Amino acid sequence: MSNQGVSGHAPTGFQYFLYKTWKSLKTPMPYLAFAGIGLWLLTYFLLNEYWKIFPFFKIPGPVEVITEWLSRDPIWGTSLFTEDYYINIWVSCRRVIIGFALATVLGVPLGLFMGWSKKFKDYTFPVLETLRPIPILAWVPLAIVMFSGFETPIIYLATLASFFVTALNTMLGVESIDESYFRAAGCLGSKKRHVFINVVVPGSLPFIFTGLQISIGVAWFSLVAAEMISGDYGLGYMIMASYMVNKYTTMVMAMLTLGLVGWITSAMVRAAGNRMMRWRAKALGQGGV
Amino acid sequence: MTTAAHQQPATDKNASTKGAISIRNVTKIYDPKGANVLAVDDCSLEIAPAEVCMIVGPSGCGKTTLLNAIAGFHSITSGQIDLDGEMLCGPDKPLADQGADRVVVFQNGALFPWKTLADNVAYGPIVQGLMNKADAREKAISMLSEAGLSGVADKYPGEVSSGMARRAEIVRALINDPKVLLLDEPYRAMDALTKSIMHESLLEVYDRTRVTIFFITHDLEEAIFLGDRVIVMTTRPARTKKIVEVKINRPRDYRLLSSEEFRILVQETKEAVHEEAVKAFEAGERELA
Repeated sequence: MSNQGVSGHAPTGFQYFLYKTWKSLKTPMPYLAFAGIGLWLLTYFLLNEYWKIFPFFKIPGPVEVITEWLSRDPIWGTSLFTEDYYINIWVSCRRVIIGFALATVLGVPLGLFMGWSKKFKDYTFPVLETLRPIPILAWVPLAIVMFSGFETPIIYLATLASFFVTALNTMLGVESIDESYFRAAGCLGSKKRHVFINVVVPGSLPFIFTGLQISIGVAWFSLVAAEMISGDYGLGYMIMASYMVNKYTTMVMAMLTLGLVGWITSAMVRAAGNRMMRWRAKALGQGGV
Repeated sequence: MTTAAHQQPATDKNASTKGAISIRNVTKIYDPKGANVLAVDDCSLEIAPAEVCMIVGPSGCGKTTLLNAIAGFHSITSGQIDLDGEMLCGPDKPLADQGADRVVVFQNGALFPWKTLADNVAYGPIVQGLMNKADAREKAISMLSEAGLSGVADKYPGEVSSGMARRAEIVRALINDPKVLLLDEPYRAMDALTKSIMHESLLEVYDRTRVTIFFITHDLEEAIFLGDRVIVMTTRPARTKKIVEVKINRPRDYRLLSSEEFRILVQETKEAVHEEAVKAFEAGERELA
């Protein structure tokens, strides 16, 4: 029993996706995006390989990097066709996913309770606010002292950085909920737990997902920092290891890979958010794009 | 949809004996930053069961304070408020418990944006443990169709017009079979045409349910068109200045708006309100919550 009686035949599912894609091709958006990337590559090329301007000629140029990246027989040993490229991506992704998941599982409930209960916030907020400004790099020695091996300290750092962002945004999310929803819930006969489930959680989702998008970025940032300092695999390690042996082409390749993978992960978080907040997407969609 | 079957009027169970509000000598002093502000001063008002009681007065005069006290959102400083002979708040209990016998319809609307209209309406009976989810939804959908909202039951509040949302909000209140409906300028932001549709639908609801209505407004024509009595409040601190009895037969429709009788009443009320509005304007104070 779906929208009976509503006028029009709105496409659903895959059809809707095709419709959206088709529509977006009629807007300047995709072309501007390609033009932007093209322009950036061109500038990079001109500065670096064509005019060879200081200091840009010191780093590998776009043609060199892309050729190496796509080569079946890479000069410096790493490309789309070598196994270790994927091992590094996978190792970093796994660490980010574990760290991000842990941070979310711990940070969201903490933030929800902090926003919901004044008393709980009074207990916890000062501690959080003292620890939060400590730069993640300052935690590196502590992580190494506390945990052995490569894996645990790196995941610990990613979790920590991402946790603070998530907890804080979730708390702000609860505080952003309009008082009238709490009142409405109250006069409809809600008990505390109903208010929590039906108002606090859904009402703070928009802020939570904004927080999660930032927090996955922060997780990548701290992960790479940690991998560069101590690591065995991973994109951060790949950057540092190539630098150490003057494989600058591989280094730039790792940097660009990091950018792409980071973009994909935050797009995934965004998509999950839109899925969980259909009410919001639909309300915004009424504005008509 | 099998909505046509549920047509029994909700009026049967001697609805006109419930919903008597007795406000006696209520005083409210706000205490922001140590400066005591007298919002309501020794206000007394008896509202009969099934009465439509309209409260008008200048902005910030303390009308909403009174509503908040009845609903249990704010405490009172002294005095007592009873509902059907039972004390809501009084000397030893400054803050009334919130409950579904007094449902509020808010100024800016407080349907949960993350729930569909049907789920919003079904919310009250579910959290009060009166119905299971399926039954509550079924009843919600049937009540929404009675209010002419069958086509949008599965839409989110953000997807429908403000008029529809407000009507759904009244349905969400009525499903709880409340003793009193508390409306805080619910049609304030609407254009005149939508407003007149809302008025007729509210009158239709009232004729069907005979629920006591406590309605705050700035709009004098609205007050007289809908009300049995119009209570004109003084500027802060709020007291009752004048009570206008509206002895116009029900059911009423928009033709009333152009009758002589109606215009005389509006004029009479306008004079009383205008005097207070001038005082309020000259005092130049900001509105309180």
